[in-house]
Amino acid sequence: MATATSGLPEHHVAHHFDSAEQEFDSAKTGMWLFLASEIMMFGALFVGAFIFLSMNPESFREGSRHLDWRMGAINTFFLLTSGLTMGLAVAAAQAGQQAKVRLNLILSLAMAAGFLVVKSIEYASKFEHGTLPGKLWAAEGFTQPLVHLFYSFYFVMTGLHGIHVLIGMGLMVFCLIRSTQVKFARNYFTPLEMTALYWALVDLVWVFLFPLLYLIG
Amino acid sequence: MIAHVHHENINYLKASRGFMSWLVTVDHKRIGMMYLASILLFFIAGGTFAFLFRMELWSPLKEFLTPDQYNQFFTLHGVIMVFLVVVPGIPAALGNFLVPLQIGAKDLAFPKLNITSLYLYWIGALLALYSIVAGQADQGWTMYAPYSLSRNPAVLWMLVAAFILGFSSILTGLNFIVTMHNMRAPGMTWYRMPLFLWALYATAIMQIFATPVLAITLLLLLMENFFSIGIFDPALGGDPLLMQHFFWFYSHPAVYIIVVPAFGVASEVIAAFSKKEIFGYRFVAYSSVAIAIIGFLVWGHHMFVAGQSELADSIFSFLTFFTAVPSAIKVFNWTATLYKGSIELRTPMLYALQFLFNFTIGGLTGIILAILSVDIHLHDTYFVVSHFHYVAMGSTMVAFIAGIHYWWPKMTGRMYNEFWGKLASHLVFIGFNVTFFVQLVMGSHGSPRRYYNYLPEFQIHHQVSTVGVVILAVGLFLALINLLVSLKTGAPAPINPWGAKTLEWTAETPPVLYNFTETPMVTHGPYAFETEKA
Repeated sequence: MATATSGLPEHHVAHHFDSAEQEFDSAKTGMWLFLASEIMMFGALFVGAFIFLSMNPESFREGSRHLDWRMGAINTFFLLTSGLTMGLAVAAAQAGQQAKVRLNLILSLAMAAGFLVVKSIEYASKFEHGTLPGKLWAAEGFTQPLVHLFYSFYFVMTGLHGIHVLIGMGLMVFCLIRSTQVKFARNYFTPLEMTALYWALVDLVWVFLFPLLYLIG
Repeated sequence: MIAHVHHENINYLKASRGFMSWLVTVDHKRIGMMYLASILLFFIAGGTFAFLFRMELWSPLKEFLTPDQYNQFFTLHGVIMVFLVVVPGIPAALGNFLVPLQIGAKDLAFPKLNITSLYLYWIGALLALYSIVAGQADQGWTMYAPYSLSRNPAVLWMLVAAFILGFSSILTGLNFIVTMHNMRAPGMTWYRMPLFLWALYATAIMQIFATPVLAITLLLLLMENFFSIGIFDPALGGDPLLMQHFFWFYSHPAVYIIVVPAFGVASEVIAAFSKKEIFGYRFVAYSSVAIAIIGFLVWGHHMFVAGQSELADSIFSFLTFFTAVPSAIKVFNWTATLYKGSIELRTPMLYALQFLFNFTIGGLTGIILAILSVDIHLHDTYFVVSHFHYVAMGSTMVAFIAGIHYWWPKMTGRMYNEFWGKLASHLVFIGFNVTFFVQLVMGSHGSPRRYYNYLPEFQIHHQVSTVGVVILAVGLFLALINLLVSLKTGAPAPINPWGAKTLEWTAETPPVLYNFTETPMVTHGPYAFETEKA
């Protein structure tokens, strides 16, 4: 792209809004409400997992012992650090520093990709050992009766979370493209703010998933 | 072909022309009208299934449906009516049209999200219809495991349909809340908002917080069908009751998602045709919010005989009684609004009064069902069927029809025939109550719901109910024909035919593309009838 940063066009407020402030506030309120609905969706899964954990503690602990907590810890590191770089990307956008926005977005994307790589290594080993959900269960050498249900929750919860990671990465790519089309500044950084909020949810869910799945053994 | 005339001061129906101009529109008024047409179409479809299985129930023997077809028909009736008619119903059709008009905005905060939610509704609707040809879905609208774990393709498509429709509902609610927070015209304070909007706000809270739990439940049911993950499957150590808890965590608030918007319509219509300020505006406003909040805490009353602990049963029973308080506040306040009002019995008002009557029965039968010992007797009988039809049909659909008649002149620019409108409303009232009151009686005598056969002693009840359905159907079609005819032959509607005080009646009839030619300044409350007299 030959376009110099300073040459980017300014953002225009959509016709039905009175001001950029009103537009930004609307986007932000909407995003928070959407995140609330996401939390209710994951919340139901957490409630379900807690109920099964409290009714079948031994099965769930045995299931958890067969997860590698070091893998989970590396992924926690990836997600928390990418949360920091997303925050820095927002700050850079407010300051109008387009290059810094892009750098931080690329760093966040790299860490999100790292998360998925680690996750797929883990998934591959589950398939290898046959520690799979419900009826697909094919592992041997387990003593407790309901370990397959632990893996049902493991796959559903990490799978749904993984889809959210992918969507978050999509949003980051969108922000990268946007940064070549329009000038981010104090009065316009909406896409970055929304992506960062969404990414914070992805972080938050993982922060609870990690101990629930990896650390109860 | 899109021919852009694009004059901001031309009415929204004529602002651009052609079929495509409707499909790609982001105008909240057109989206509302498309929702209205779609919802009415599905209301006819869902009603047809009900009509057919009520005919089948004329005698305990086979009339023309096999038992499997009977199961399929009540499932289709339930799924279509709940997910495609009453849940989107008033908010998606009337709310979309009215929210920006009532607060003095040019559009909803997210117009593109709004058209997206309509497309999601259409996709969900098509998938629900596709399930008819994919096989016989017979799991009932409640989709309980293990009925829904049969790997029957018809059931699977229905699960996917409900999942997609849930997103449509969440996006509509989200759009409304953001719009009410950020887009109000100067002078439009929270307490100057019409009660219709308070009701939609309370509804939107429930849409946003309850629907995601349905989404995850449906997702788990799909995973259960495809991969046998076992979470809801007792054969694999899972718990089918957890599915019921999840389901009702959504579906009880969904009952309030269905009925709270009806409260909003009733408030508008009763105030306008009593020419009086709503009695206790703030109580009516906050009682909607209170119902939304308490509505999240009562789901267990659907599971009194499912094997819950007695402690849980008692708590859910107590909390259910509690919902009667805000509901009663509303009924008393509407009645007090009528008191010494200059009541005008136009068609919308007749429906609003019907609503008041039916909702009182629907609400009080709910209290009866909340009594633990009584519920054990009445659970899964026609009493329950009648109770929720008094709410979903007798209250919500009747209020919806009241709202359609009330805002029809603003939406279409035409007046309908008052005589036929009133006649239809009488038939709807008689038909509805003949159909469902007798079901309270047979339910209390122990007749179970969803049975293809019944004991001969219940035949007379079933026949009365079936006759009622015929009267109801005639009334509804009469109302529909009357409205459709007005599009061709109706007199042009004035700006404010009912002399109402809410902001939408100051806009052109029909409103211009961006609603108001200039941003309105709001100087009085929504029902300021008194100030005019003074």
